[in-house]
Amino acid sequence: MSLLNLSLIVFLGVLFFISYFHISNFVLDRYGQRSNNRYQFENSFRVIIFILPAFIVLFIFILYPVFETVRLSFYDKFGREFVGLYNYKWAVNDPEFRRSILNNLGWLLIVPTLSTFFGLVIANLADRIWWGSIAKSIIFMPMAISFVGAGVIWKFIYEYRGPGDTQIGLLNAIIVSFGYEPQAWLTIPLWNNVFLMAIMIWIQTGLALVIFSAALRSIPKEMIEASRIDGASELKIFFSIIIPYLEQTILVIWTLITIIVLRIFDIIFAMTNGEWQTGVLANLMYDWMFRGGGDSGRGSVLAIVIMIGVIPILAWNLYKHRQEQKI
Amino acid sequence: MKKFTYSSILSQLLLLVFVIIWIIPTFGLFISSLRDKDLLAISGWWTSLTTTEVNEIYRMSGMASQIQEEDYFIIKGKLFENNPGKKIQSFGITSKKINEFEIGEIAIFKDKSEVTIDENGNYLWKSFNEFTKKKGKRVFTTSLSPPSFTFDNYREVLFKEGIGRAFINTLAVALPSTLIPLIICSFFAYALTWMKFFGRDTLLAIIIASLVVPLQMSLIPILTIYNDFGALFGVAAKSYPGVWMAHTGFGLASTTFLLRNFLKSLPNEMMEAAKVDGASHYDIFLKIILPLSIPAFASIFILQFLWCWNDLLVGLVFLDQVPSEIILTAKLKELLGSRGENWEILTTGAFVSMTIPLFIFFALQRYFIRGLVAGSVKG
Repeated sequence: MSLLNLSLIVFLGVLFFISYFHISNFVLDRYGQRSNNRYQFENSFRVIIFILPAFIVLFIFILYPVFETVRLSFYDKFGREFVGLYNYKWAVNDPEFRRSILNNLGWLLIVPTLSTFFGLVIANLADRIWWGSIAKSIIFMPMAISFVGAGVIWKFIYEYRGPGDTQIGLLNAIIVSFGYEPQAWLTIPLWNNVFLMAIMIWIQTGLALVIFSAALRSIPKEMIEASRIDGASELKIFFSIIIPYLEQTILVIWTLITIIVLRIFDIIFAMTNGEWQTGVLANLMYDWMFRGGGDSGRGSVLAIVIMIGVIPILAWNLYKHRQEQKI
Repeated sequence: MKKFTYSSILSQLLLLVFVIIWIIPTFGLFISSLRDKDLLAISGWWTSLTTTEVNEIYRMSGMASQIQEEDYFIIKGKLFENNPGKKIQSFGITSKKINEFEIGEIAIFKDKSEVTIDENGNYLWKSFNEFTKKKGKRVFTTSLSPPSFTFDNYREVLFKEGIGRAFINTLAVALPSTLIPLIICSFFAYALTWMKFFGRDTLLAIIIASLVVPLQMSLIPILTIYNDFGALFGVAAKSYPGVWMAHTGFGLASTTFLLRNFLKSLPNEMMEAAKVDGASHYDIFLKIILPLSIPAFASIFILQFLWCWNDLLVGLVFLDQVPSEIILTAKLKELLGSRGENWEILTTGAFVSMTIPLFIFFALQRYFIRGLVAGSVKG
């Protein structure tokens, strides 16, 4: 496809949606019934015009697929024959699946916790230092770049050369300068997961940081000043005032990062492709979407397992939404 | 005021450590992308920041380039192409003693031929007997090399490795994938906030629930739909419009949710007044809501744009991995596999892929942060 064609379809694609809204509303305004119940008549049409595109997209891309994926998980690899719980039984007995579940749990335990922790600590430090906003900018920056880009950055850090050669990877260069043997970090089982998680923590700390920074501003300055005058140490203030005050925010950030980590795919796909026991559910699923011509049954089971992870959060969000509606 | 207490110095130090750890990986990548590719492969990027001593081995030219001058046979040449700043300090003719001779000294090989090297790498090798070997002898040099950077890697990566085209493809994916949801969701959010209709609350609850539904739940059914659609109409199943709609679908819930939160904060009286004046909902949307929503649009635009730009999975599943469709992240992943040892390509490619996000980050950071904070505190 030539560049001219490409820009043309981009333009037409966007124009299509703008014209849909403009033309349909224009027609309605022009020929809408001019009577006493004008608003009522007009409104019902208008509502349809306003919500139809979004609703169709929502239906095709979220609602229908959720049910279809559940259905497919009970069918064979082509989605034709009903096989009951066969795919689920396969999953439970599959060593790759077990490995992935364990890895996913590790990710869920470590990444949100450490990202939230670092974010909180850095937000606090930066809040009191004159060059804090520059520091925040720098630590926040990885949020803007892609997981794959971050993967390349860190693969370069973890780069391994044989013991005799000059190490061009920073990590190995450091440990060699201390007199240790260089290591092929990404191939050491169990530990390699930690090295992959470090990348995610490096990225997500920025997210936690900016949200905490915003929340810190809501803590009354007088309260902190007062306790300082009373002689409380900074640590004491941190643990007795700031943390309790931010409890809600901590929870929000923790769940937010948990959701992101649950569907982590890019980093592992780019760095190890699940080798050396680093696979997670999303990678295994991607694998089964195409392995041996694709197995929609197994793929669906894996998607559902990921989905199960977010159900508590989903329920909690809906509950909170209900409470808000009541007010 | 107590300004220089121990605790304040300690916090400054601690923060400094965090900043250094966070910046170094990206900084190293950036520096590496600007280095000469041969140096990149043999030395750490941190060595390029200062003038460094490098030991190198060169081979002089062989018999083909000899000339006869009076009693001598002479081979003249350059050890390396002109590299301003690189100065040879000493040299040697055996691997055991690589800096046996100073610049200008004459080294004598076992065959009695003599060689001398100046600091710019010009050598003069002469012998009484005719040179008979096709290849010249090796010399070992120790030179001081000041920091030197080049854009060669960028030239190569953009035009030869297909990163340039992938960059354009990514733009063609990300722009509509951001604008389309913004357009349809702003009307959707307007309806959810300001219009009364049957099922509104249910729809809102569905949006809230969809916020956390992982992308993976949709992949298989949608891929099937696309394949069936492609087969039915005889068109390619994977295409740009397909990706736009997929991104629109996956970004719909969060875009709607953020916009609705914003619209809810606008005063109701304004809408009522406009209605009394006979304005239709579309008028209100165009003339009142749209101008007021520009900052909110900016935040959401940035979030969705970065998400589409940085995405790998959607581009991998819903686009063919061919030069005219492959996106940057997929291309990078491909290079990681095929050119895993060519760090000049990887680091430069990665940096090219980061240019737009970094630009947005530095130029529009305020909107970016506002969007993130709005999206999270509620969600």
